[in-house]
Amino acid sequence: MTAIDGSVLPAEAAARTSFWIRAHEWATTVDHKRLGLLYISSGLVFFLIAGLEASAIRAQLAFANNDLIGPNTFNRLMTVHGTTMVFFVGMPIFFGFGNYLIPLMIGARDLAFPRLNAFGYWLFLFGGLLFYFSWIGGDGLYGTGTAPDVGWFAYSPLTSPAFSPGNSTDYWILGIMVAGFGSTATALNFVATILCMRCPGMTLGKMPLFVWMMLVNGFLVLVALTPLTAAQVMLLFDRFLDSHFFDTQAGGSAVLWQHFFWVFGHPEVYILILPAFAVASEVTPVFSRKPIFGYEIMVAATTGIGFISLGVWAHHMFTVGLSGPVNTFFTASTMAIAVPTGIKIFNWLGTMWGGRIRLRMPMLWVCAFLFEFVIAGLTGVMLAVVPFDWQLSDSYFVVAHFHFVLIGGLLYNIFAGIYYWFPKATGKMLSERLGRWHFWVFVAGFNVTFGTMHFQGLLGMPRRIYTYDPGRGWDLLNLITSLGVILQAIGILFFLVNVLWSLRRGEDAGQDPWDAWTLEWSTTSPPPAYNFEKIPVVQSRRPLWDLKHPNDPDWRYE
Amino acid sequence: MDRIASAAGFRSAASRRRGLAKAMGLLAGAAVLCATGVAMAEPTTGRPVFDQVSNMFQPVSVPAAKIRDLALLVLAICGGIFVVVGGLIAYTLIRFRARPGDEHREPPQVYGSSNIEAAWTIVPVIIVVVLFLATARTINELELKEPPESALQVTVVGHRWWWEFQYPEYGIVTANELHVPASTPDAPRPTFLWLESVDVAHSFWVPRLAGKTDVIPNRRNTLWLETAQPGLYLGQCAEYCGTQHAHMLLRVYVHTPEDFARWVEEQKAPEAEVASVAAGRDLFQRTACINCHAASGTVADGTFGPSLSHLMSRETIGAGVAMNTPDNLRAWIRDPQTMKPGVRMPDMKLADHEVDAIVDYLVTLR
Repeated sequence: MTAIDGSVLPAEAAARTSFWIRAHEWATTVDHKRLGLLYISSGLVFFLIAGLEASAIRAQLAFANNDLIGPNTFNRLMTVHGTTMVFFVGMPIFFGFGNYLIPLMIGARDLAFPRLNAFGYWLFLFGGLLFYFSWIGGDGLYGTGTAPDVGWFAYSPLTSPAFSPGNSTDYWILGIMVAGFGSTATALNFVATILCMRCPGMTLGKMPLFVWMMLVNGFLVLVALTPLTAAQVMLLFDRFLDSHFFDTQAGGSAVLWQHFFWVFGHPEVYILILPAFAVASEVTPVFSRKPIFGYEIMVAATTGIGFISLGVWAHHMFTVGLSGPVNTFFTASTMAIAVPTGIKIFNWLGTMWGGRIRLRMPMLWVCAFLFEFVIAGLTGVMLAVVPFDWQLSDSYFVVAHFHFVLIGGLLYNIFAGIYYWFPKATGKMLSERLGRWHFWVFVAGFNVTFGTMHFQGLLGMPRRIYTYDPGRGWDLLNLITSLGVILQAIGILFFLVNVLWSLRRGEDAGQDPWDAWTLEWSTTSPPPAYNFEKIPVVQSRRPLWDLKHPNDPDWRYE
Repeated sequence: MDRIASAAGFRSAASRRRGLAKAMGLLAGAAVLCATGVAMAEPTTGRPVFDQVSNMFQPVSVPAAKIRDLALLVLAICGGIFVVVGGLIAYTLIRFRARPGDEHREPPQVYGSSNIEAAWTIVPVIIVVVLFLATARTINELELKEPPESALQVTVVGHRWWWEFQYPEYGIVTANELHVPASTPDAPRPTFLWLESVDVAHSFWVPRLAGKTDVIPNRRNTLWLETAQPGLYLGQCAEYCGTQHAHMLLRVYVHTPEDFARWVEEQKAPEAEVASVAAGRDLFQRTACINCHAASGTVADGTFGPSLSHLMSRETIGAGVAMNTPDNLRAWIRDPQTMKPGVRMPDMKLADHEVDAIVDYLVTLR
C-alpha cells in the first residue's frame, strides 16, 4: 500500500485509512482513465435509475385504466426517464469511453487539458444531481413542483410559467445546462487532443476509426449543444424576466422552440450513435480477424453523417404544419443520411465477410446491434416519408423506433465496449458464461418490448398517455410490452452480477487478451498512470499487427 | 345517431396493390385480433365502451387512404431491404464463423474494394431517390391550404384537455365529438378543419381519417378529410399537453348527408324550456358554472369550458373520460378531480340535492 507521498504504510494503518485516501484520490484525480471510469460508472448508476423509472411506466401501462400511478407521477417519470437516458446515460458513458481510450489509442499520456477534463466530469455529475434533486427540492406553488413533467423536449408553451408553475421546469433547464457546459468542455478536449497529441507516425489517416468517430463527435457536440443552451437561456428569460420568446400568450412562438430544440436534438441522436459506431468499428475487425473494410470510406461516411445530421432537424416537426417544400426538403436530407449509415453497415459486413469470426461477448453484442440497427434504420426511413410520418409521429411506433436506435444501437455497443475493454481497465476478464445469459435474456426482452411497440403505434396509440381505455386494440400488446421489461431487468441483473463477480474472481486478462491491434493493447492492464513507458511510434493503422507479423506488416499495403 | 360498425375500408382509386395490402393486413390484423380478444372483458364502470380500433391500415377517408397506399410501398421496399441485409448478416455469421483449429490462423487480410463500395453506395442512392419521389408526390397531393368551395369548414380549438368544434356556417359550437357529413359521388363534401389552440400545443389525430396535424397556439393549421363511409371513428390528442393528455379523446361521427342535416337542425334548435327543472336551471345560473360554460337559452356564456348546449346529444363527458349518463354527470359535478385528476373544473362543493337539481336540468338539454 502506498500513501500519497509514496511512503509505504503499515498494513493496519492502510486498512483504516485506505478508503478515505482512495476516495480523495478519485475525487481529485485528473487522470483520463480514472475520469473515464467515473463517467462510465456514474452513467451506469443513472442508467439503473432511469431503467427503474421506465419499469414503473410500463407497470402502469400493462393494463387498461390502470391506476397504479396517477397522471402527475407518470408524466414526471416519463420526462425524467427520457432526459436521464439522453443526457445522463448515453452521453457520459461514451464520454467515458472517449476519455479512457482516446489517449491510449493515439499513444498519448493524457488528454490535452486534464484539469478541464475533471471539471467537465464534475459539471456533468452535479448537473445530474441537480436534475434529480428536483424530486425532493423542486417544490413549487401549491405543491405543483417536484420533478419536471414537460417531456424531455419540453415543448413551449407548456414550459411557460402559466402552464408550468413552480420550479420543476427550472430544474430541467439548469440540470441539462450545467451538464451541457461539461459536455462542451469535454468535446473541446477530445478535439484538441486528437488534433494535437497523436504519437509519431500516426497521421490522421492512420488513426483508429474509434478516434475518427470521436473527433467528428466532438465537433458535433460543439456545434449542436450551443443552440440548446441558448434556447434554455431564452426560456429562463421568459420564466423569470418576462421576455416573450416562447410565450404564445404575448405573441411568442411555440414553433421557434421546436426549431431550436431539434437543431440540437437531431445532431444529438448522432452524438449518441457515432460513439456506438466507433465501438462497433473496433470490435468487428478484431473478432473477424481482418482489418476494417474500406477505412477511407468509413471515415468519409462518418464525416458525411456529421455534416448531414445538422440539416435534418425538421423531420421531428413534420406534423407542425410546415409548408410542402420545407417538408420535401427535410425528407430528402433525412433519406440522404440513410446512405452513409447504410455504407457503414455494409462495411462492417464486408469486414466480417471472409473472416474467421470469433463470437465472444463483444462480437455477439455487435452482431445483435447490426440486426437491430437495420430495423431501426428502416423504421427511420419510414418516418422520413412525410405522409406516413403524419400517421406515425408521436405514436408508439416512434417510441419503438428510437428505442431500437438507442438500445439496439447505443446500449448494445455500450455492452460490447464494456466486454471488450473491461479487461484493459481492470486486468480481469468478464465471465463469458454470465455474459451469455446477460446477452440472450436481455436481447429477448428488448425485442419483446420494443418489437411489439410498433403495433400499438400502427393502431393509433399516442405516446405519453398515462392510461387508455380497453377495447382499442392495445390491451394485449401493452401487456406483452410490459412483460418484456421483466426479461430486460433480469438481463441487466446478470450484467451487474457479472461485473461484480469478475472484478473479484475474473480470469486475469493479461496485456492483450483479444489478440487485438490498436495501441491500448500494447500497455499493461490496467495501464499505468503515464500509459506508455515510451511513447510509441506507429507506421500503420494496426501497429500491433505490424509487431506481431514482422514479415507481413500493414504499412506495405496502406 | 347512426353508429354503423366499421365496414370495409374506403375504396380509393388506388386499391391496385391488393396483394400487398393483404400481407400488411395480415400482419396488423394478427396484432389487432389478439388485442381485441382481451378487450372483450367487462369494461370498467362508467368508462366508454369502445368497439373500434384505430388501425391506420384500414383508412376510410381520402387522405388516410393515400397515406396507406404510400405506406405499403415503403413497407414493401423496407421489408425487402430487411430480408436481404438481415439474410446477409445471418449468412456471414454462419459461413465465416471461426471453427475449431482456427485460433492461430489468420484469414486473408482484405483492406477494401472500390468497386464493391461503389455498388453499395449507388444501390441505396437509387432506392432513396425512388422513395423520395413517391413521398414528394404524395405530399403534393395531400397539401390543401385553402378549403374547396364544397367543403364543410370547422374550426377546431384545442383546450387543456378537451376539443371545441365551431361550425361558423351553422352557428354551432360543440365539444369533443365532431360530426361531419359523408361525401357522396353526386355531392362531394370534404371536411376542412382549421386548427387552433388557446393554450399549449395539441395534435389532432384520427388515424382512419387522416394523418395528424399539430394544433399550436398563435398558429392556424389546416387538415382535411373526405370519406364516403358513415360511422364513428376514434382518435385522440397526439401531442403531450400536460396532466390529462391521455384523456383528450376525439370521436368523429360521419353521417349520411340527410342524417347530418338532421343533426345540424337539432343543434340549431333552441333548448326546450322544461318547467319541472326550473330550480336546477336557476341554480346553474346562480353558481360559478356560467363563468366557464355556455348553455343556450340561459345567461351562461362562458368559453373556458365546453359548451353545454345540447349536452345530451353527446355520448361521452370529460373528453371521453366517461359515458354521458345522468349517474356519471352527477359523479362528475360532485367531484371532477376523481374522475379526471387535474381537470380544470373545480369541485363546486354543492350539496347533494343541488347536484341532483342541476343534473335534472342538464339532462333536458337535448
